[in-house]
Amino acid sequence: MGDAFALKDCALIAISTGKRAQNLRELRDRMQEIPEGCIYYHFWGGLLHPRFDDPEYQNDFAAWAYHGLNDIRLAERLGIISPTDFPNLEDLRREVIEVIEERLDESELVPWSKVDRQFYFVHSKTVVFDTTIRVDDPVELCRLVPHLSTSTIFYHFIDARRRTPDRVNDFSRWLLECGEEYAALARRIADVDPYFLPLTEVRAQLSTVFQRHLPERGSA
Amino acid sequence: MSNMLDSYKDVVGEEVIYQLWQLAGALKGARIVHVNSTYEGGGVAEILHRLVPLQQELGLNSTWEVITGEGAFYECTKRFHNALQGNRIDIPEKLLRVYETTNQQNAEILREKLEQADFVFIHDPQPALLLQSCPNRKGRWVWRCHIDVSHPYRPVWKYLRGFLEPYDASVWSLAAFVQPISNPAYIIAPSIDPISEKNIDLDPAEIESVYEKYGLDRSLPIIVQVSRFDRFKDPVGVIQAYHLVKTFTPIQLVLAGGGAADDPEGEAMLAEVRTAAGDDPNIHVLLLPPDAHRTINALQRVADIVLQKSTREGFGLTVTEAMWKGKPVIGGNTGGIRLQVINHHTGFLVNTPEGAALRIRYLLQRRKELKRMGEQARKFALENFLLTRQLREHLTLMVAMIHEPSDRIELV
Repeated sequence: MGDAFALKDCALIAISTGKRAQNLRELRDRMQEIPEGCIYYHFWGGLLHPRFDDPEYQNDFAAWAYHGLNDIRLAERLGIISPTDFPNLEDLRREVIEVIEERLDESELVPWSKVDRQFYFVHSKTVVFDTTIRVDDPVELCRLVPHLSTSTIFYHFIDARRRTPDRVNDFSRWLLECGEEYAALARRIADVDPYFLPLTEVRAQLSTVFQRHLPERGSA
Repeated sequence: MSNMLDSYKDVVGEEVIYQLWQLAGALKGARIVHVNSTYEGGGVAEILHRLVPLQQELGLNSTWEVITGEGAFYECTKRFHNALQGNRIDIPEKLLRVYETTNQQNAEILREKLEQADFVFIHDPQPALLLQSCPNRKGRWVWRCHIDVSHPYRPVWKYLRGFLEPYDASVWSLAAFVQPISNPAYIIAPSIDPISEKNIDLDPAEIESVYEKYGLDRSLPIIVQVSRFDRFKDPVGVIQAYHLVKTFTPIQLVLAGGGAADDPEGEAMLAEVRTAAGDDPNIHVLLLPPDAHRTINALQRVADIVLQKSTREGFGLTVTEAMWKGKPVIGGNTGGIRLQVINHHTGFLVNTPEGAALRIRYLLQRRKELKRMGEQARKFALENFLLTRQLREHLTLMVAMIHEPSDRIELV
């Protein structure tokens, strides 16, 4: 068994960049110059910052294409982009720009939004703190998961993919260190797709996976 | 754990309160001063009455100061408020001088405390000039804007901006409200207080009492709109929608709003609403006193559907309040309403009285849908728009400011 699992938590605060777009060409141009943190925020920030949940479009660019530009084709193409498929934010940025370019190429007119439907570019600061809780074995983690804050889930399950070289979530990585007997559980956890779910649902799904693999010992 | 935080724990869950303790730990003992211009009345005072004691319970040395001035000062700041919201209101030089002098006079009283504080939060334009009268300030100063400044009257914004740019940061309610400014513009959305009189759970008897008090018919569905009698809230459009629905389904309508005694335009609007309501016994136009929070609370709870059919709106906290009570909202397709109301999920966005009527009929015919959307709305408000979230963001903001310019701050 490796080191104890150090449970951390995080909080996010949003900051306006002051940049905005009212048509698709402006969105493309701004996309090229905004900091990486903006891309991160508009794909993931809504999970931690009060955002007005749009169950149809999981990233802000897709939601704006639909609600702001009334361009359903573009919304669908942007909506399907899953940030977990890209090794880094620069690649993700390139993909978004590519989709926008493609749409500009096939459009006779540049789609515009109304003045009160502009896209506002936002980035964020994240504060990470140690809960001081240490978990010594997987059964204990199984018992704790349903009670973790959603931002702890975010930090260890989603944010981890951005900050670790092999893009693995913290739970799976630690379980693998705990021994071969937890390898299947680690894989099942990695299979949970967080992108289309609110964090409360991600937590519930992780909890179910843990319980299925550690049924007797992990009951809360 | 203290009593006040305990009350919130029962609503939001233990892990949310634990997180507040941990963030506050990084700021332990910090001297924080909030400054605004009134202890009573208005949303800012309402928030500070809760936020300051909560910060104190979390171990922060948080206090609240109120500046004072003569009538001309408030005349000037009222004009600021209206102009920042987009009304073309010029402010005479004489009033601007009163504004500047009043700030200087208040600075004489508050200077020592403000200069020693680690964080100073100046709320809205009224005390904004205190900063320039505190040259030896040692802490970080934040200007907190509670107003929708998305389309300000430019000459007034231009005058104020010069005083606001020296702040270390500004805080705005929505990204759409942010005006170009040279300091970092943080975004903290408004919130509702789940244990305030307006939102706290009521016992069934108190909820039931409004039927008798206002002569409501228990056998008819109730549609409620709570808001000032203001043209932009479109109460007459709501009555039109009621008439369109009534042709198909018997319903009753409650339009509840605050007093308009000092507002000539409000009085005219109220008269217009009463004329439109006529002598229909199922339209209830209720002019309520400003402290009728529990009554409003009960009316929102007896509603089958809540309307907020505004044609112009800032954030629209009445929408959040209704959602917190598990009601689907039919809202005007404008401002912050369209950010909270998602078609078929938490309610419907509408552009006309006809649209509102159509959606009322739809929901009354599909009771399961109505219930599902109401539950969704409640969950949405719980996860995003309660005071504890606003408190967390205030703490995060202060931690972030201590550690700037890093985008990721790891507290050991």
